[in-house]
Amino acid sequence: MSSTDVMDRAAREMHLLDYRNGAELKQLPTRNGFGEGLIEAGNRNENVLAICADLAESTRMEGFKKAHPAQYLEIGVAEQMLVAMAGGLASTGKVPWIASYAMFNPGRSWEQVRTIMALNETNVKIAGAHAGVSVGPDGATHQAIEDIAIMRVIPHMMVVVPCDSVQTKKATLALSETFGPAYLRFAREKSPIVTTEETPFEIGKAQTFRDGDDVAIVACGILVANALIAADELAREGINCRVVNNHTVKPMDAPAITAAARECGAIVTVEEHQVHAGMGSRVAEILAESHPVPIEFVGVRDQFGQSGEPTELIEHYGMGTEAIKAAARRAFKRKVAG
Amino acid sequence: MQSLTPERRKELELKANDVRQGIIRSLLSAGSGHSAGSLDMADIFTALYGAVLRHDPARPDWPDRDRLLLSCGHIAPVRYAAMANFGYFPVEELLTLRKFGSRLQGHPERVKLPALESTSGPLGEGLAQGVGMALAAKLDQKDYRVYVITSDAEHQCGLHWEAMMTAGKFKLDNLTCIIDRNFIQIDGSTEDVMPLEPLAEKYRSFNWEVLECDGHDMASILDACERAKHTTGKPQVIVAKTIPGKGVSYMEGDYTWHGKPPNQQQADEALRELSAARERILAHV
Ligand SMILES: Cc1ncc(C[n+]2csc(CCOP(=O)(O)OP(=O)(O)O)c2C)c(N)n1
Ligand SMILES: [Mg+2]
Repeated sequence: MSSTDVMDRAAREMHLLDYRNGAELKQLPTRNGFGEGLIEAGNRNENVLAICADLAESTRMEGFKKAHPAQYLEIGVAEQMLVAMAGGLASTGKVPWIASYAMFNPGRSWEQVRTIMALNETNVKIAGAHAGVSVGPDGATHQAIEDIAIMRVIPHMMVVVPCDSVQTKKATLALSETFGPAYLRFAREKSPIVTTEETPFEIGKAQTFRDGDDVAIVACGILVANALIAADELAREGINCRVVNNHTVKPMDAPAITAAARECGAIVTVEEHQVHAGMGSRVAEILAESHPVPIEFVGVRDQFGQSGEPTELIEHYGMGTEAIKAAARRAFKRKVAG
Repeated sequence: MQSLTPERRKELELKANDVRQGIIRSLLSAGSGHSAGSLDMADIFTALYGAVLRHDPARPDWPDRDRLLLSCGHIAPVRYAAMANFGYFPVEELLTLRKFGSRLQGHPERVKLPALESTSGPLGEGLAQGVGMALAAKLDQKDYRVYVITSDAEHQCGLHWEAMMTAGKFKLDNLTCIIDRNFIQIDGSTEDVMPLEPLAEKYRSFNWEVLECDGHDMASILDACERAKHTTGKPQVIVAKTIPGKGVSYMEGDYTWHGKPPNQQQADEALRELSAARERILAHV
């Protein structure tokens, strides 16, 4: 085995699968990981409840419903009810997971989330399914690309956007065992799996998935895979990118973000969300106060989504690997120009 | 009540058959979308565009047109198929459903296709907008009417009840709400997921005029619409009894067809059944 066949230190430390050189990666929807994690959380703690608003199969609560029928509640198309009722249930130590599409919960239920979950400090967990434009043909009404913004702005909310289905399972378990109001965001479409059972996961701890010091690509959610592929290709152009899986948008790992800026000198943020007020904006807020460097934002630019195939939409809205590469080149150029 | 002549009835039934075929073709082309509710509202959309609404496909912005709002936006295929068959756009355009760049978005978007009156998909928001449009007609002393199509599961959304209360308060007799009472939603029967009955009683107690119809019988639909039009001092609801998937035998009554399209073989079968039904309508004297 030649030395280039060995993945870098970061990838080995994180026990990643080899994504390099156009490797075929197995794909599964992140929502599957949520479904598996929820069943396991129910096994570990009988106080874990699942409550669904007429979307058991889509949100992958179906498995929990079968495994723990006594811990499952169905309330119909009533997302505000989901949050408020879960607040009441949590008052006696229950751990309610509530699920719908991200567009409707927390989209429709925002004020209930703010008051009942956050201000009131209750242990309710929101599972926001079908986030992002990768929902596809359903169109703009169903494509939540503002949800990170409206959740991260609320004090005390935990906001977690895992990178693949394996990590989504871990995040579901970790949130189930961490007290406090939380939002877990995941997607409909299948997406590449880059992590393994051995990959660590800790809420609030960003992960370096690839070493590099020319530019740091800070990504979350299903686009982390695109970021890794872009970094692999950029290496052949002589630009060595660090890739940070920034799965916890809140509380964000400020020391890791600042270190990436200090050590790389330029940042690209990548998220399937409006660039305004999302994960990348939080990165910019942190760096503006700690260590300002050139930043390029990859995400949706103040537009609504539309019907189309998932990959077609990811490309159209400038979140594909080529768009990430272009952003990294721009960031690098700005850094060099100093 | 004006009576429906046999010729007129046949004409409308043939149109409804065209609409159902359009639904199947567009869903097949899209590869995703909602079959059951779209098919079960084909007769009502046909009756509305064909015999109830004051509208002009050439002038979707006509200020005096009746307003038709589709609150449960997921059944967009029936509205698109009806609009195409009544001259709003070419029938071939139905094949662009849910595709990138199409005006026929997965859920209706008014900005892309103005005759839709509003944007919907998130459930439970149509009646409230209908209340606003009906109030605007009163304020402007206009005589157009507002029709809102709702699904039964939308009655689990709080906003819909706020709208019901408001329509009662303002005695909006220019507002008609039509319920697709097919008893299904995504996770099963409405009465298992979150019971709605007695639904008619609920409207009555909110000061609405309650009417019922067989959602697959032109005479029954038109009769209910006529009664609604002649109601004064109250908003009206028409509880339309429908069979999910109506017109395609293997879909009828099966809630699992709520949100999936037919595949090629299933679509062929559906179109065969619908063509046979068309022959029966033509043969009927
Ligand atoms: C606010 C909101 N929550 C959830 C959904 C997802 N959803 C789409 S249709 C539907 C319910 C389906 O039942 P019904 O409205 O009666 O339509 P039918 O199946 O009879 O066509 C749900 C929950 C939605 N569109 N909007
Ligand atoms: Mg229904």
